[in-house]
Amino acid sequence: MSPSATQRAIDAVWRIESVRLIAGLTRIVRDVAVAEDLAQDALVAALEQWPASGIPEKPGAWLMVTAKRRGIDELRRRVTFERRRELIGRELEILQQLDQPDLAAQVDDVQDDVLRLIFMTCHPVLSREARVALTLRLLGGLSTPEIARAFLASEGTVAQRIVRAKRTLAEAHVPFELPGREELTERLSAVLEVLYLVFNEGYAASAGEHLIRPTLCADAMRLGRILAALAPREPEVHGLLALMEIQASRLRARVGPQGEPVLLADQDHARWDHVLVQRGLAGLRRAEELSGTLGPYTLQSAIAACHARARSVEETDWPRVVALYDALAALTGSPVVELNRAVAVTMAFGPEAGLELVDSLADVPALRGYRLLPGVRGDILARLGRLAEASEEFEHAAALCENQRERELMLSRAAACREKGPCAA
Amino acid sequence: MRFMVLVPGSPESEAGEMPSTELLGDMTKYNEELVRSGVMLAGEGLHPTSRGARVRFEGSERSVTDGPFTEAKEIVAGYWIWECASRDEAIEWLKRAPFDGGVEIELRQVFDAEDFGEQLTPELREANERLREQAAQN
Repeated sequence: MSPSATQRAIDAVWRIESVRLIAGLTRIVRDVAVAEDLAQDALVAALEQWPASGIPEKPGAWLMVTAKRRGIDELRRRVTFERRRELIGRELEILQQLDQPDLAAQVDDVQDDVLRLIFMTCHPVLSREARVALTLRLLGGLSTPEIARAFLASEGTVAQRIVRAKRTLAEAHVPFELPGREELTERLSAVLEVLYLVFNEGYAASAGEHLIRPTLCADAMRLGRILAALAPREPEVHGLLALMEIQASRLRARVGPQGEPVLLADQDHARWDHVLVQRGLAGLRRAEELSGTLGPYTLQSAIAACHARARSVEETDWPRVVALYDALAALTGSPVVELNRAVAVTMAFGPEAGLELVDSLADVPALRGYRLLPGVRGDILARLGRLAEASEEFEHAAALCENQRERELMLSRAAACREKGPCAA
Repeated sequence: MRFMVLVPGSPESEAGEMPSTELLGDMTKYNEELVRSGVMLAGEGLHPTSRGARVRFEGSERSVTDGPFTEAKEIVAGYWIWECASRDEAIEWLKRAPFDGGVEIELRQVFDAEDFGEQLTPELREANERLREQAAQN
């Protein structure tokens, strides 16, 4: 194998093994920063040795054994008198594991470790930004520059965010354990929130030149699939994964040839990714089967499924969409959900009813400066033929857009309204 | 990136024999790994070719041949669809599959609409994908 081929193969092994490696090591050293360092050291050892020795038959096991040996050294070095007894016990446990020829026997253990690690990197003691960065780094296997590129931040900022997050976890003595029954729902929703933040940043880039960043969506879905395998009885995990898969199925159709956004109503359904649609609908069924009352992600995926099942906007089951939004609004109390509900009401019961709802949201503080409020109002006004007012709303919306592509879409809608109805006012 | 892995048939698969319990166990474990790592999107085994057919195209002629078919090498017995970050990752996953006995497994990247580039005009693309959509809904 040529050096570059070996290098690429090592990258691939790292991509596959790094999560389990870091999770397993965190269990031993109880510190994610040390665990990541040990895993990186093992990777460096592989880079040094594999080009000459060839890639071992079980590269994951090789990395784990190498890292654990170093982990024991690390433990010995750090050991303090009062912790010695505890650590000696753990060292023995590790040595016993190293003696086992086949590490596959420990796979289930490692699976639980991965779940513990997810709960750790999404711990409420961290800020949202820190959770996102640390989760992408330790569980998504993304490098700091990749995370920085994804979130349009400087590498230095992201690197510092990650270092601080690790320190916060250590200083707060956040335990490496699964949350108890009583806090599980809350902690799980923190995890789901992180995955959805990553997905949304890929699906509707909040700033910058490109409308979507599909690799971020792929990363979020991969994490969602890992989580669904780890916590198969949790309906909202399946609900979120289904939501992401159904939304991602439209990625190809959401962007036009010039990089401009294409609205759902104008999308060519033939361009949807049907493998993802089918997976999403199956995931939604699983979530519904496991649920008592549907949770927020399952409700949103049920709404997305209404769109996925419809052959066109006109054939969408809009009254059902409204009913699902009713349930979601009752659950979340979110004004953004109310705004979406207004769109569904417009489609189901006509623009007058929709406009009334939108106008009732005009003074909600949470929606102040939110680009979709004038965007939606403009759309409804255009449907009512009030084109001059619609044009003004679209221009207002454009001024609030941070994404260049979205802004252009709003401006073009404003211009279209002006052209169509110069005397509409 | 999406990949398809094509598993060729064998005299045993063609005879409709189930694999040994051991191989089934290994395969289940392997599939679990793929699922746990978020890589597997789909995967199915196919019935022997005795339950299949081939259609030959010659001008406007269509001639149908019922299975079984003899060239075992050209027979597909199953497939996976994977989502991986790179071709190297897909290869690394494939290397871990529990096959043996000189069998060769083929890995192919699935086309995205973007991969066609200029060759596929918007009209052709639309027509193509409309057909695919109809097929998916039937």
